[in-house]
Amino acid sequence: MTLALIDTSTANIASVRYALNRLGVEPVLAATPGEAASATKLILPGVGAAGPAMRALERSGWADALRSDTRPLLGVCLGMQLLFGESDEDSGAGVPVSLLGLIPGRVERLAPSDAGPWPHMGWNTLSFQPGSDPLLTGIEEGAHVYFVHGFYVPEGASTLATTTYGTRISAMVRHGHIAGCQFHPERSGAVGARILSNFIKG
Amino acid sequence: MLARRIIPCLDVRDGKVVKGVRFKDHEIVGDIVELARLYAEQGADELVFYDISASPEGREVEPLWVGRVAQVIDIPFCVAGGIRSVAAARARLHAGADKISINTPALENPNLINALAEEFGSQCVVVGMDSRKIGGIYRLHQYTGDPDRTLTSERDTLSWIKEVIERGAGEIVLNCMDQDGVRQGYDIEQLIAAREVCSVPLIASGGAGAMDHFEAVFKKANVDGALAASVFHRSVISIPDLKIYLAQSGIEVRP
Repeated sequence: MTLALIDTSTANIASVRYALNRLGVEPVLAATPGEAASATKLILPGVGAAGPAMRALERSGWADALRSDTRPLLGVCLGMQLLFGESDEDSGAGVPVSLLGLIPGRVERLAPSDAGPWPHMGWNTLSFQPGSDPLLTGIEEGAHVYFVHGFYVPEGASTLATTTYGTRISAMVRHGHIAGCQFHPERSGAVGARILSNFIKG
Repeated sequence: MLARRIIPCLDVRDGKVVKGVRFKDHEIVGDIVELARLYAEQGADELVFYDISASPEGREVEPLWVGRVAQVIDIPFCVAGGIRSVAAARARLHAGADKISINTPALENPNLINALAEEFGSQCVVVGMDSRKIGGIYRLHQYTGDPDRTLTSERDTLSWIKEVIERGAGEIVLNCMDQDGVRQGYDIEQLIAAREVCSVPLIASGGAGAMDHFEAVFKKANVDGALAASVFHRSVISIPDLKIYLAQSGIEVRP
């Protein structure tokens, strides 16, 4: 198994790479689709804003490549949000950002109201149907994982696991060969390491 | 349910973790990477590294040790100390830090907050504040790593909290200076005042000495996290014991 880490200049490449290293995997850093030619699985990491991240993916050719790719793909945090159709995160332009469109759905601004401050930052619990996906093997219902985000994907057809912060948030998603984590598995202790390991081995 | 965070703070000077009392008289407590690993294993929810000598000497944090920390720990960490530019922040984030925190540079150049938030997103922009009550008003201090250069700012703390949030800060760490290093409890009064104006996550800092101090700051000031240094470095409180105590007190924590 060769794993490629899609390298956009806005991403949290290093921490995801180190988490994979701790699992004994040395990923290929792929700034372009050509650099991932030998990979059998892909991870799309991401922190920051949707607009700049999409521009980086379009410049590098990754946006088009991912739309026709059939390899298992895991999006992490912003990388998960980018898999959807459109984001309300406008970067000041006042119009929605068009995303990769690999999974139907839209990214909305989180409005926690009484639940607490914005953004949603910290360790929150996972709710899911045990046995519903290989990515969740060995994970206990109610396990804590680390979230940092101000935008979210509402619960929908692709939702695998949720967390609650004012509203129910898609914490993990699955759509065919494409999956995603809204939280940061690379920063979620043993629980996150297990999810990454499940992706590598699955 | 979102858990309250327990955050050991590692003050870094010349590549070693140090601890002072009321910001003075620093002594070495250990190696950065070893302590980071130890706290992550014990159940710390996040770590903060402050290079306390950075602002006074005009230096910036060494990304080298940031990368060494990122390789070994699997919980989030924040790096602070003399980050004065988007490029300096980028170097630390790309080395593996999850957040960067600015304090004195934000006071000198508030536009830096906007620039960092636009470039990296608010979620990784933390503004740290050193604050104490002077003449009945909470005021900010600068260059607190060096007692000979520490200055009282003209700015008042509560209006600064509002301003930095408008500029894009995603988290506030409020260090209450009168309480720092003396282990008499967090400055609940100041933190309640800060909470009222703070719509982003608020982290209490300064004064932790016993487990009930953590309980009090979560229950009374409703902060999102509590930061402490000496009680953890000197094993006055163990993090696993603290988590059990807080859970039994009805506070949501990550086991």
